[in-house]
Amino acid sequence: MLPETTIAELREIASRYPEARSGLLPMLHLVQSVEGRVTPEGIEACAEVLGISAAEVSGVATFYTMYKRRPVGEHLVGVCTTTLCAVMGGDAIFERLSEHLGVGNDETTADGRVTLERIECNAACDYAPVMTVNWEFVDQQTPESAVELVDDLRAGRERHSTRGPRLGTWKETERVLAGFPDGRADEGPAAGAPSLAGLTIARERGWTAPPSPDGPAALGPSSAAGQPETALAAAEEADTARAESETLQEETDE
Amino acid sequence: MSDATPTDVGTAGPLTPVLTDTWDAERSWTLAAYERKGGYRALDVALGMAPDDVIAAVKDSGLRGRGGAGFPTGMKWSFIPQDNPKPKYLVVNADESEPGTCKDIPLMMASPHTLVEGVVIASYAIRAHRAFIYVRGEVVHVIRRVQAAVAEAYAAGHLGSDIHGSGYDLEVVVHAGAGAYICGEETALLEGLEGRRGQPRLRPPFPAVAGLYASPTVINNVESIASVPAIIGRGAAWFSSLGTEKSKGFGIFSLSGHVERPGAYEAPLGITLRELIDLAGGVRAGHGLKFWTPGGSSTPILTAEHLDVPLDFEGVGAAGSMLGTRALQVFDETVSVVRCVLRWTEFYKHESCGKCTPCREGTWWLVQILTRLDRGQGQPGDVEQLLDLCDNILGRSFCALGDGATSPITSAIRYFREEFEAGMHTASTELFPPAASTAFAPVGAGAGAGR
Ligand SMILES: Cc1cc2nc3c(=O)[nH]c(=O)nc-3n(C[C@H](O)[C@H](O)[C@H](O)COP(=O)(O)O)c2cc1C
Ligand code: SF4
Ligand code: FES
Repeated sequence: MLPETTIAELREIASRYPEARSGLLPMLHLVQSVEGRVTPEGIEACAEVLGISAAEVSGVATFYTMYKRRPVGEHLVGVCTTTLCAVMGGDAIFERLSEHLGVGNDETTADGRVTLERIECNAACDYAPVMTVNWEFVDQQTPESAVELVDDLRAGRERHSTRGPRLGTWKETERVLAGFPDGRADEGPAAGAPSLAGLTIARERGWTAPPSPDGPAALGPSSAAGQPETALAAAEEADTARAESETLQEETDE
Repeated sequence: MSDATPTDVGTAGPLTPVLTDTWDAERSWTLAAYERKGGYRALDVALGMAPDDVIAAVKDSGLRGRGGAGFPTGMKWSFIPQDNPKPKYLVVNADESEPGTCKDIPLMMASPHTLVEGVVIASYAIRAHRAFIYVRGEVVHVIRRVQAAVAEAYAAGHLGSDIHGSGYDLEVVVHAGAGAYICGEETALLEGLEGRRGQPRLRPPFPAVAGLYASPTVINNVESIASVPAIIGRGAAWFSSLGTEKSKGFGIFSLSGHVERPGAYEAPLGITLRELIDLAGGVRAGHGLKFWTPGGSSTPILTAEHLDVPLDFEGVGAAGSMLGTRALQVFDETVSVVRCVLRWTEFYKHESCGKCTPCREGTWWLVQILTRLDRGQGQPGDVEQLLDLCDNILGRSFCALGDGATSPITSAIRYFREEFEAGMHTASTELFPPAASTAFAPVGAGAGAGR
């Protein structure tokens, strides 16, 4: 059985939504924050709170990669090995860490401190090669810096995300993902240097966006010239294959 | 930001910071910093307009969706049937997972209030009283910042009931996903948001008519919504004065890979990769451009002959690819195209939701063949078989993930067929030693290898 406080928090999550079932993804994050994985008890609890079957909950839990059926270590260490990062050094980093820790993908060190995982593009390609610890960014890594990082984590030495706070535990992260803030939004920088690359150049050279000719909400002389009038025309102009299946729409409805 | 009268007017250059303009401010993610830069003034302007006029302004601006497909945002909003008695919803797609794309995540980290202000204006326009921000789960610090921004906005009266004394009410929920690229696809996202497996829905009905909870729903990308305060604050005409004839405004270009200064470059649509690479300090020292993606891994690759293609929807389309999410991944001559294509295909195989056979089985077969080519153990006819398989997936898949999976393969074979043929006898690692491509390789390592 999960603690009463957890059951209460599961209900609280469900109550955020017009339909309770929408809470399921954050609820499973909460289960992980308490149990260290998605346990059968956690699945039962979600099912009961939502009034659906355990099989349904289980079907959802197995679909999403962030939910773990095996116990996760204190820290979940991710190495991005999607193409861009892989090429920029992610493959070499993963290999070195795997060797150094003596574990493969999705495996945990014997001391229970570190679970190593290959992760996919984490929207940080301009910081390649990218790692994460408990889903906090650790940017621009090398095999050497990665080894140092995991050694520090295993020794319990304090480390910080390169674009975020002091590193906590994976369970603490899962609680934030469940929608229970930990009050640490103000830690870390606004952005790393790559995110500011264009802005920095613009500042140096005095480039700005042009000023507004006519101020707020000027509807102006319709600039709509050259713009599609109908959904069909818009879909034709929209971006090829993806757009066709996505936006060739409302014609049938309107 | 949305101030109509910037204090320090500079000169117009190739870069036009608007969305990124606040990112270097002290504690830029806070409400105080955002308001100092004029934040939430556009909301006042919007609340003083009729909702339909807000929609008209966004239509007039020419803003087209920044999530990949480029559908006109104002038109999408106008599809919401206002005579439908059901509640209307706004859902922000903050699932940013298209390989190469890194704009929404930094935006929400550095300036979450730009998004929140856009959410209020957009919700007001479509007459929604609830909005959801679906953020991919793997970026906890971004989620913290968005949670905090929403909480600050409530406390300051920018959210909740009677916003700015207008009588308009809006509740916003920040929702964390759980790891599934397919949940970026808008109907799969709705499934995830309803607590189900993220598998795309059959259309019609379209979300505008029956989306979240079978109610009228607008789904927009983070950057689309974040562009709205500037459009309302500075005017539709101002927005459409930037960009090109059919691709109006500006956008964040994510430049990654083998350039000296990878990063976010905000510029009018229509800038070229040549200009962007120049601004980024050139291709990695001692090396030359080999191939690049204009809009993430689902968009066909291009080569050095396309350096001067205008990066707008029409220009990239004419070059045989797609603008997509403006995710410019740059690879130099040390890189094996076969290795890259294999890795992208492994991504799609892993992320295929399994709902339809062409994509589920097709990506599995593609990986088998590409793996042997990568190892130098290809068999005669493998290249033809790859093309055949792609032909069977393209247009026969249930959603655009399947189509996207074929893009890198067919385009790479178009430009680099001999490299695939070499996979009959030589491993990619022999032709292109991977160490030479890494960010930590000694300067000039492997220059010219394999070419
Ligand atoms: C496989 C797949 C993944 C997608 N991923 C994203 C994504 O991460 N973010 C996003 O905004 N749109 C994504 N899209 C596009 C959305 O389906 C949708 O077109 C978009 O959110 C609409 O917003 P917009 O009109 O503002 O661009 C994806 C589409 C597909 C087919
Ligand atoms: S194309 Fe792939 S991702 Fe899309 S529905 Fe089919 S199996 Fe799922
Ligand atoms: S490929 Fe690693 S963050 Fe994008």
